[in-house]
Amino acid sequence: MTTSGVRRTEGGLTLEPERYELGTGPAYRFEVDRREFVKLLGGGLVVLAAGPARAQESGVRAGGAGAPPREIGAWLHVAADGAVTVYTGKVEFGQDIRTSLTQAVADELRAPLGSVRLVMGDTDLTPFDQGTFGSRTTPIMAAQLRQAAAAAREALLDLAAAKWAVDRSTLEAREGEAVHAASGRTLGFGALTQGQALVRTVATDPTPTPAGRWTVAGRSIPKVNAREIVTGRHRYTSDQTRPGLWHGKVLRPPAIGATLVSLDTAGVDAQRVTVVRDGDFAGVAAPTAAEAQQTLASLKAQWKTSPQPSDAQIFEYLKKTPAEARGGESRDPGAQVTGSVEEARAAAPIRLEQTYTVAYIAHAPLEPRAALAEWQDGRLTVWTGTQRPFGVRTELAEALRLPEDKVRVIVPDTGAGYGGKHTGEAAVEAARLAKAAGHPVKLVWTREEEFTWAYFRPAGVIEVKSAARADGTLTAWEFHNYNSGAAGIRTPYDVANQTIQFHPTRSPLRQGSYRALAATANHFARETHMDEVARAAGVDALEMRRRNLKDARLRAVLDAAAERFGWTKPRTAGRGYGLAAGTEKGSYLATCAEVSIEPGGGVRVRRLVTAFECGAIVNPEHLRNQVEGAMVQGLGGALFEAVRFGDGIVTTDRFSRYRVPRFSDAPELDVVLVDRKDLPSAGAGETPLVCVAPAVGNAIFDVTGTRLRSLPLAPFGIPKLERSL
Amino acid sequence: MARFELLVNGAPHRVDVDGERSLLSVLRDDLDLTGSKYGCGEGQCGACTVLVDGRPTRSCMTKAASVAGRPIATIEGLEQNGRLHPVQSAFADAAAMQCGYCTPGMIMEAVALLRRKADPSAPEIARALEGHICRCGTYPRIVRAVQRAAEATKGGAG
Repeated sequence: MTTSGVRRTEGGLTLEPERYELGTGPAYRFEVDRREFVKLLGGGLVVLAAGPARAQESGVRAGGAGAPPREIGAWLHVAADGAVTVYTGKVEFGQDIRTSLTQAVADELRAPLGSVRLVMGDTDLTPFDQGTFGSRTTPIMAAQLRQAAAAAREALLDLAAAKWAVDRSTLEAREGEAVHAASGRTLGFGALTQGQALVRTVATDPTPTPAGRWTVAGRSIPKVNAREIVTGRHRYTSDQTRPGLWHGKVLRPPAIGATLVSLDTAGVDAQRVTVVRDGDFAGVAAPTAAEAQQTLASLKAQWKTSPQPSDAQIFEYLKKTPAEARGGESRDPGAQVTGSVEEARAAAPIRLEQTYTVAYIAHAPLEPRAALAEWQDGRLTVWTGTQRPFGVRTELAEALRLPEDKVRVIVPDTGAGYGGKHTGEAAVEAARLAKAAGHPVKLVWTREEEFTWAYFRPAGVIEVKSAARADGTLTAWEFHNYNSGAAGIRTPYDVANQTIQFHPTRSPLRQGSYRALAATANHFARETHMDEVARAAGVDALEMRRRNLKDARLRAVLDAAAERFGWTKPRTAGRGYGLAAGTEKGSYLATCAEVSIEPGGGVRVRRLVTAFECGAIVNPEHLRNQVEGAMVQGLGGALFEAVRFGDGIVTTDRFSRYRVPRFSDAPELDVVLVDRKDLPSAGAGETPLVCVAPAVGNAIFDVTGTRLRSLPLAPFGIPKLERSL
Repeated sequence: MARFELLVNGAPHRVDVDGERSLLSVLRDDLDLTGSKYGCGEGQCGACTVLVDGRPTRSCMTKAASVAGRPIATIEGLEQNGRLHPVQSAFADAAAMQCGYCTPGMIMEAVALLRRKADPSAPEIARALEGHICRCGTYPRIVRAVQRAAEATKGGAG
């Protein structure tokens, strides 16, 4: 199979092509000076861990006897009072990594959980990080932190051995102390560092503790800042305040693609409020949010609009509008080809050909985009909820023509993102307004702004051609995805003849990453089509998949889900069963769905069972929470979520017009976690979403005989029942 | 502008604000009580829910002046002398949150529900909370948390 250049790289890590929203600017390279750490953190022990780019280069070991590694992934500080502070550029958006990373460090350092605190996503304090996306925190950052913590533990034991003049091998670390069992002596980590200003790098790979011997990790530990959340004390970006704070509003165009022709600010009291016009940007800052809103309403703007396609024509538009790279050449990466699909199809008794579509959908995080920007002595500090603090720092530096070292981005734990907060719109807007106003400015997007001016999950068209023997064994598989992306595009089934291709196109709406990327669209098309082949062959959907599958991990989850669900047991009348399976980002899953149809044609998902395997489990309860949440979120895109638009106007611009799953939509959820302590932990925040739509669609077919090939499947229920119930 | 008094979590606050402004904006911007959240501005998501006269109220759609002098309870007032309210404890213990942005509104609605009905069934809980969105999808956990709080409250009373 040929793999051509579908992947580009940023900072040494591969990025999926559908992360459209990410800029291509040079990744920042963090340089570090030992003296800076001592200045920053005071005495104690500092351990620096190499970043992923360095760690991935074979044969290169970070650090060594000389300078600290050029690229640092994380650092960790043990203070004289025993407090452990970990610095990571990752951010907390509800995935509970603040907890799981704390667990990893406490586990490896042999320190009490409560002594470990994480500083996250602050560009002045934490090392460069590409961003919190792609389910990379657990496989990469947790591993780095474990290395740093292991190195710290060993350094502390070295100190204890020297202090007590005992053989190093007779010491062990336990509960935040060095312990010499023979003499019964113990000394806390903090006391061991007293009077020291030690900086260590992770010189060789200290062997992290195998999952089978984890004590703090591997267990369900409550969210470390749950108390702040349930008391309302936690301050999200939109809750932040500063002395002399003003409030900002941005004048939005009347339609997508509109440009600002003129702005009449007559009637604005320039003594009280600030109005900014800068190119197509126009905005207001005022001492109160109400004044900002009133001023905004008083502005008279003229806009020039241009014709825009509507949702009714979108799939046609995407298919005939290929994306062009700068210079006009095609951005199509070419096909991955094995064998000959055409020859195999010519000889096969079962041949199918179908088209599937997915709509644009909105992330709709409950906390809309927000930022608070403050200028002091030519230096800009911005609090904002972004999944890419360093990327947003670059955006700010470019937009405001500042060197990056004059910009600090701080990310308070944020009210969710789901891939939708990789960019810094609100940050740039607030910074521009704050600069003009001479006050710190907070800008919180309205729900309407969030639904219109954020980016969306790409819409897409997927064409599948297949061939199979009479028993359902696949012989040919051809798969073309237009626009939605390449994630999860390859089939895990064993098919001798394949052609697989992603076709980038020009999207009329702003689009970008969404939790699980195009794996959702590609799994929808593939697993629906698998069901269609199984039906054509008259083979049970589970049996048909097993027949085409060698991958043992995927077979294991498929069997686990089917067993828990009771796939082979007799069914209740009027209920349909559906199944889907897949693998993405190192995780394996299978989902079974049970649905019924309400008298009015509405689809009711009664039950979802997902079996999920992501290697060694770090925190079972939080993993379960992620899998459940992904199933519920996936249900929205599966059944009813779709962005509607026409003439450049998004009409689904509020929750009363864009339906998201609610309590009454949540089915009975069952999660089977397959814990593989012998395998490295993969990320798990995204993948559990990808099998919901095909499982539900297949279940709808099972009960109604109606095959639905577009997401959302049934925004207005099942229009016409082809089989009486 | 209008001068009036807001009685929030038992404490009187004199305010002098545009009477048309929402209770949510006055709580957040003037009183710095930021536990109640903005999520939609149209009463669809429930993140701004507070109790007025004990009744769950969407503070984003309630004019501040209209609740002058009436008892208003916000998430900040639930914890007493460092002790969490049973509903707060239950949400934390049941891991009934991910990003936590909807949590204060959910908790306030659940507190009001349990005052009306000490031992609601799972469907009754879901119905009472139907006007709240948890975009992270923790609905079944939230139902379990409210059930757990109901049990804890019963145990405490009995």
